[in-house]
Amino acid sequence: MTGGSTTGDDGATAPSSGLHEERAAWPLWEVFVRSSRGLSHVHAGSLHAPDAEMAVRNARDLYTRRNEGVSLWVVPASAIITSDPDAKDAFFESPQGKDYRHATYYTKSEGVKHL
Amino acid sequence: MSEANASATRITPGNALRPEDIALQDAKPADAVARYALGLGDDALILAQRLGWWISRAPELEEDVALANIALDEIGHARSFLTYAGRAWDKTEDDLAYFRREPEFRSVHLVEQPNGDFARTIARQFVVALYQWELYSRLVHSSDPTLAAIAAKAVKEVDYHRDHATQWVLRLALGTEESRRRMIAGLRLTWPYVEELFTDYPLIDEVGDAGVRPSELRESFDSAVRTVLTEAELEVPAVPGAVGGGRLGRHSEHLGYLLAEMQVLAREHPGASW
Repeated sequence: MTGGSTTGDDGATAPSSGLHEERAAWPLWEVFVRSSRGLSHVHAGSLHAPDAEMAVRNARDLYTRRNEGVSLWVVPASAIITSDPDAKDAFFESPQGKDYRHATYYTKSEGVKHL
Repeated sequence: MSEANASATRITPGNALRPEDIALQDAKPADAVARYALGLGDDALILAQRLGWWISRAPELEEDVALANIALDEIGHARSFLTYAGRAWDKTEDDLAYFRREPEFRSVHLVEQPNGDFARTIARQFVVALYQWELYSRLVHSSDPTLAAIAAKAVKEVDYHRDHATQWVLRLALGTEESRRRMIAGLRLTWPYVEELFTDYPLIDEVGDAGVRPSELRESFDSAVRTVLTEAELEVPAVPGAVGGGRLGRHSEHLGYLLAEMQVLAREHPGASW
């Protein structure tokens, strides 16, 4: 008996850390889950999987264990194009101060019903 | 395995039949039906104990969780079957799981076989899942309503186990030279225990329409196996069957060690909960 366990197989050893480093890592996937009451898929997290078919299965196992979802999307993380965090000001500051883009900015005209 | 199944994280359990409901119901199984349920419950329990070993040891974290989820599904089936069986003898699921001796277990030899490497575990999963799917998809028509209800819940979960094992058989068989070698070795080590799954045993005649005759499952099982193995470019292993007898309480050398580990805590601290 090695490894202190009688239920495992004594001949099986966990891969050594050396082996682990040599092996190419599985690619990263982003997971989106739609809950039974939700209208859209919401980003839930990420995972590693060797291919798309296994990614959607791993997503099921990792992100829907507590009845969270009725539909799943997985997307290769490398396929996602993100906005540049350093360009936050140029990207996102412009709407500030432009209250007229919100309906609440306007006062109701006299005599208009059903607003 | 306790009544404390209520979990804050369980959002909507739905209408699934739970062991707690079975424990409360009035129906007592006939003795033969209880002994039949015991065998199916023991298969699920011993397999779950084996699979639990992989937690923290699987090739990737994601696979750790996948195998653990499958183990938990099996624990769920075991709890239902054992709870129902126990009603015939005024025993709880825990009495049956933790306080029976090896010859009193009625599981098949396949589920007590060592995990081996990942490919061998996948080979065992492949056989068990295909077998259990064939079994449960017929047991839903059992003349015993409780067995039918347990099977109705289990068959959906086992359908996923089938898919999980199939995906891995294909990937290992068609992956690298090393993964293919291991998949072939895993199947060869597993195949001697296939025959016992489809061998009728005396109890089956007593159970009648409440159960499913193992020999009737063989044809569909073989056909499902062939479909996957053909796609994986593998042969069905031509190896002789091992000596069975698990349904009669005769087990291989592995079960005793497994039970010792599984039962030690409950026996050292009877009635403990956590």
